[in-house]
Amino acid sequence: MIYYVGSFLLIALGLYAVIIKKNLIKILIGLDLIASGVNLLIISIGYVKGGTAPIFSRAGLKASMMVDPIPQALTLTAIVIDASEMALAVAFVVLLYKHYGTLDIKKIRSLKW
Amino acid sequence: MVRKVVYSIFLAIIVLALAMFFAAYPFGKNKMTVGEYYLNHGVAQTGAANIVTSVVLDYRGFDTLGEVSVLFAAAAGVAILFFLAGGTKREQEDLTKPNFVVRVGSRIIFPFILLFGSYIFIHGHLTPGGGFQGGSIIASGFLLLYLSYPGTRTNRDGLSIIEGLAGLTFVVLGLIGLFLPQYSFLYNFLPKGTLNTIVSAGILPIIYIAIGFKVASEFAGIVDDMMCQVICRGGGK
Repeated sequence: MIYYVGSFLLIALGLYAVIIKKNLIKILIGLDLIASGVNLLIISIGYVKGGTAPIFSRAGLKASMMVDPIPQALTLTAIVIDASEMALAVAFVVLLYKHYGTLDIKKIRSLKW
Repeated sequence: MVRKVVYSIFLAIIVLALAMFFAAYPFGKNKMTVGEYYLNHGVAQTGAANIVTSVVLDYRGFDTLGEVSVLFAAAAGVAILFFLAGGTKREQEDLTKPNFVVRVGSRIIFPFILLFGSYIFIHGHLTPGGGFQGGSIIASGFLLLYLSYPGTRTNRDGLSIIEGLAGLTFVVLGLIGLFLPQYSFLYNFLPKGTLNTIVSAGILPIIYIAIGFKVASEFAGIVDDMMCQVICRGGGK
């Protein structure tokens, strides 16, 4: 249960950073927070009470003792996509900084709102 | 100020909606039918001890190929962006030289980071971890090298060759399955071996090693591009 609450808090914090903050780097940190919150949420949906990792590493482990493997596989995908997306976003931010000399989205023309 | 209050209320509504939605999914209970099926039949069908690996590489191997392509697209995007912007590059001042402890320490640690990363992706079908994680660890070793020796340049052609060969291994292994009597892409045609040994699970460890090399070279390329924005002088490549 605490995992649900924690992931909601992470998503809310990330959304807050994306909406309120003016610094592009902080907005990216907010995006990453949202992604972490969503990953935590997906993982905790697949949790089974008292379950272990879905790895048959020793004899005597039964499938009924394990947590759901699908959310973990999905999260594995999501983390990688997230990392590559952040790399691309950081590249854009670097170029914006070189072009405008600032990271403040209020000062960057045509990105104001 | 008003804006902050308005958006905070807005966020509270979003979180409340999420909480109401997830109240219908009790924590720590019902497993999905698909997950149940993979847990019960995964070992017999794929031979990998790690069910997450068998889901990622065997049952959904095609999705993983797509994921690798997304990663490639992102790395290529970073390179293209910086290449296009190369004309307006300004002279940058030298970075401060990292101190002695960082330089010597990173030199000692770097081989162990490589070793650990390759351990992670070679044992991807037995222990938690796999190609993506091991590749990222190796790339982080390269990042450490860049930070402690600002003059470092990796051999980009070598990285491209490794990346291409690794991708090719994945695709060719998948295509071989098409020519077997089973006619399915990424069919696991090698013998399964005994559970919990390194040589088991057929083609899964080979694919994960290929993915490890590919991810490592792609992330190292991204790190190289990013560091070049700070260090490189003159007009681009």
